[in-house]
Amino acid sequence: MSGNGASSSSLNMISGEDVVNNNLSALVVDDSPLLRLLHDIHLKKYGLKVQVAENGKVAVDLFHLGASFDLVLMDKEMPVMNGVEATKELRAMGVTSMIVGVTSKDGPGEQQAFMEAGLDYCFEKPLTPEIISFLLEELNKHNNKN
Amino acid sequence: MEVGQMQRRLVDYTKSLFMEGFLDAQFLQLQQLQDESNPDFVVEVVSLFLDDSEKLLNDLTMALDQPNVDFKKVDAHVHQLKGSSSSIGAQRVKNACIAFRSFCEEQNIDATLRCLQQVKQEYYLVKNKLETMLRLEQQIVAAGGSIPMIELGF
Repeated sequence: MSGNGASSSSLNMISGEDVVNNNLSALVVDDSPLLRLLHDIHLKKYGLKVQVAENGKVAVDLFHLGASFDLVLMDKEMPVMNGVEATKELRAMGVTSMIVGVTSKDGPGEQQAFMEAGLDYCFEKPLTPEIISFLLEELNKHNNKN
Repeated sequence: MEVGQMQRRLVDYTKSLFMEGFLDAQFLQLQQLQDESNPDFVVEVVSLFLDDSEKLLNDLTMALDQPNVDFKKVDAHVHQLKGSSSSIGAQRVKNACIAFRSFCEEQNIDATLRCLQQVKQEYYLVKNKLETMLRLEQQIVAAGGSIPMIELGF
């Protein structure tokens, strides 16, 4: 599933208090310090505990060391290890976290390749409040089932 | 100048940036993320954008100055600049990057050089606007006032 980026005319922040997210953790994987900060603050506003990683290898290494996250925001284009490779590795390791690809506007073929690496969703960056709310609802539904 | 006047001046100035296309809705979302727990968020994000962009523009200038231009490298830099300008809501820089990328695909050296100039121009314009806006905010806070939220009808 892919969605659009920040072109929504609805600017109302959906309150993080609407959904309890205190037990949720997220890993933001992006080589851009700006995007890492943006998504970090955005997710923290919704009550998540957030860590950041500057490329796919750092993310994979975190999981190898035993870290776990409910949500992984994975940038596609990164040095050292890109999002496609990192996602494949994480799924091969048996990681079941929700992995959401975050891309610049690429052609449909490129997003498809990213999805096939094992993403749950793929959206254009940066994520909007509406998309983050949607992802958190999906996460909470999934956690309530288990 | 009293605080109310400064606040009105800031609101008018910020609105003009949206009307003239320098900023888009994404910038408003950044402002909405700023609160007591992250009081300097917008300044931090703007600073990161400016640092990022200066580096990328230098890299682009060097990359396009090579005898054999590596258009993949050029495109990668433009892609990054497009990403960060889009994230901060720097609409005109983002749009200039979109045009730039299409000429990178064509490997058109003359057009890409023109695009580089265009991106630089748009960047320096928005840099100047953002710095002015942040200075106005600082003056309001220094005078004991609060920064007014901008409401725009899109």
